[in-house]
Amino acid sequence: MSEITAEQVAHLANLARIALTEEEIAHLTTELGQIMQAVEKVGEVATPDVPPTSHPIPMQNVFRDDVVGDDVLTAEQAVAGAPEADGSRFVVSAILGEEQ
Amino acid sequence: MSEIIRLTAAELGAKIAAGEVSSVEATRAHLDRIASVDGAVHAFLHVNDEGALAAAADVDRRRAAGEAFGPLAGVPIAIKDVLVTEGMPSTAGSRILEGWIPPYDATPVRLVREAGMIPLGKTNMDEFAMGSSTEHSAYGPTHNPWDLDRIPGGSGGGSAASVAAFEAPLALGSDTGGSIRQPAHVTGTVGVKPTYGAVSRYGSIALASSLDQIGPVTRTVLDAALLQDVIAGHDPHDSTSIPEAWPSMADAVRRADVAGVRIGVVKQLDSGGVQAGVRSRFHESLALLERNGAEIVEIDAPNFEYAIAAYYLILPAEASSNLAKFDSVRFGLRVTPEGGGTVEQVMAASREAGFGPEVKRRIILGTYALSAGYYDAYYGSAQKVRTLVQRDFENAFAKVDVLATPTAPTTAFKLGEKLDDPLAMYLNDVATIPANLAGVPGISLPAGLAPEDGLPVGIQFLAPARQDARLYNVGAALERLLEAEWGGPLLNRAPDLSSHEMAAAEEGVI
Repeated sequence: MSEITAEQVAHLANLARIALTEEEIAHLTTELGQIMQAVEKVGEVATPDVPPTSHPIPMQNVFRDDVVGDDVLTAEQAVAGAPEADGSRFVVSAILGEEQ
Repeated sequence: MSEIIRLTAAELGAKIAAGEVSSVEATRAHLDRIASVDGAVHAFLHVNDEGALAAAADVDRRRAAGEAFGPLAGVPIAIKDVLVTEGMPSTAGSRILEGWIPPYDATPVRLVREAGMIPLGKTNMDEFAMGSSTEHSAYGPTHNPWDLDRIPGGSGGGSAASVAAFEAPLALGSDTGGSIRQPAHVTGTVGVKPTYGAVSRYGSIALASSLDQIGPVTRTVLDAALLQDVIAGHDPHDSTSIPEAWPSMADAVRRADVAGVRIGVVKQLDSGGVQAGVRSRFHESLALLERNGAEIVEIDAPNFEYAIAAYYLILPAEASSNLAKFDSVRFGLRVTPEGGGTVEQVMAASREAGFGPEVKRRIILGTYALSAGYYDAYYGSAQKVRTLVQRDFENAFAKVDVLATPTAPTTAFKLGEKLDDPLAMYLNDVATIPANLAGVPGISLPAGLAPEDGLPVGIQFLAPARQDARLYNVGAALERLLEAEWGGPLLNRAPDLSSHEMAAAEEGVI
């Protein structure tokens, strides 16, 4: 199960939106194989009768009233650290490429 | 070296309250120390000179006007760069956030400011808290004040080193798998990971949301307790924050007494895999506690050996999701490929340029562990191991009040030694990870120096969830007993950095 190919790493990098270089993909392919081999150890004790735990301190239904709080950021504050903004909105690159 | 910077936070706070030292004097003394030694230590990514002096002057003025403050008011504090700070850059050690100034304060930062404490600046860390040595910081490593060629631990090596080098009396850290406790171990300082949910995670740049916890980094157990008393408590901004009120940890320190306390030694973490000097100091501490009335019991925790494997599935899975927010739109770096590109291409180019190798490694690993067809085998199985580790803790705490382990298997290793071997690096966290998986609190405090290399060794105690006060009780009792044997704090034996600085300068002249 721990056989990881360079094609898989390239696919994962695409899913994770990281433009890895060929060299990085080659390096990561070897490393991921080794790491996955080590972490597969969990399968030794994770038998069907053991329930999974997602959260260390169980809590349920943490609700609050659906009202605007008194310490929300203004639009200007929210966009202040953006790479590109028009004062109150984030500016993004084109969503579609030319061929689309 | 100025007397002011040798004081503990509790002592400094008392002197400020008594009017013997002003907050401005205390802040200036620490800024001077940073200016003289941080070139060698590199604990800070940003020093808040003007802001700190202005905040200190404000506290002095308000105190003179009769305002009442808590015990740490006027005391300077260093802040791990994982916490967002209004008006101060916050990078989490990553190139992708270089120069970003957040528009708000993380809750723990707001609380220390409200307590009258003075943020000195932001401390270095492994990028997005992924690492055990600070070598994964995009801004270069921090150096261990005990030996500048060695790692200060990680990910919070900057906070621990700043405190060990007397650049700050205390600091804030974050602990996802040991990032507060392991740096404490290798720098001869005190670090506490509170119960998960004790301190708000609001404004803490998330690594793994079900594991992250903010906590104190200090030189004494009392200082850690005083700081936890400031930062703990329910926060409506963090829905995983525990709603119940907390008892005073400082009171637990002042009443510290180990008579009748049952201490469990985890068999699986007291093995031949631990460096001889780390293990001998551990057993000496246990013997000292036993002579003072504690009962030492061996505890079996068979599933702890699966904790690292589970952790390195759960953490990358959660991190790959949390780090999706670095999309070159709302904050941080934007890199446009040559000739332009779609938002997707810009995002991929920005993340390629902005993330370091360890962050890429873990994002890809997490993406893999969560992908269709592998989810049950990897992430699902890791969550089951999490249940098993929790059960080991439940069984243990049915027999004992606290558990004890060496904090980490070795003393500080050389910078560069494990950088190219991620699996060896991950093993540093073998004793600290179980607490994060189960949400229980842990403390590391100095247990002495390893005879073979003269480097600091820590001892870790773990308590049931919500029983943080037990850690402060046992920790403070052991600290008192050990310091009586040593004739003072362990850090008194740390090398004098100012002479190192002078020597380095002289060499430079020649």
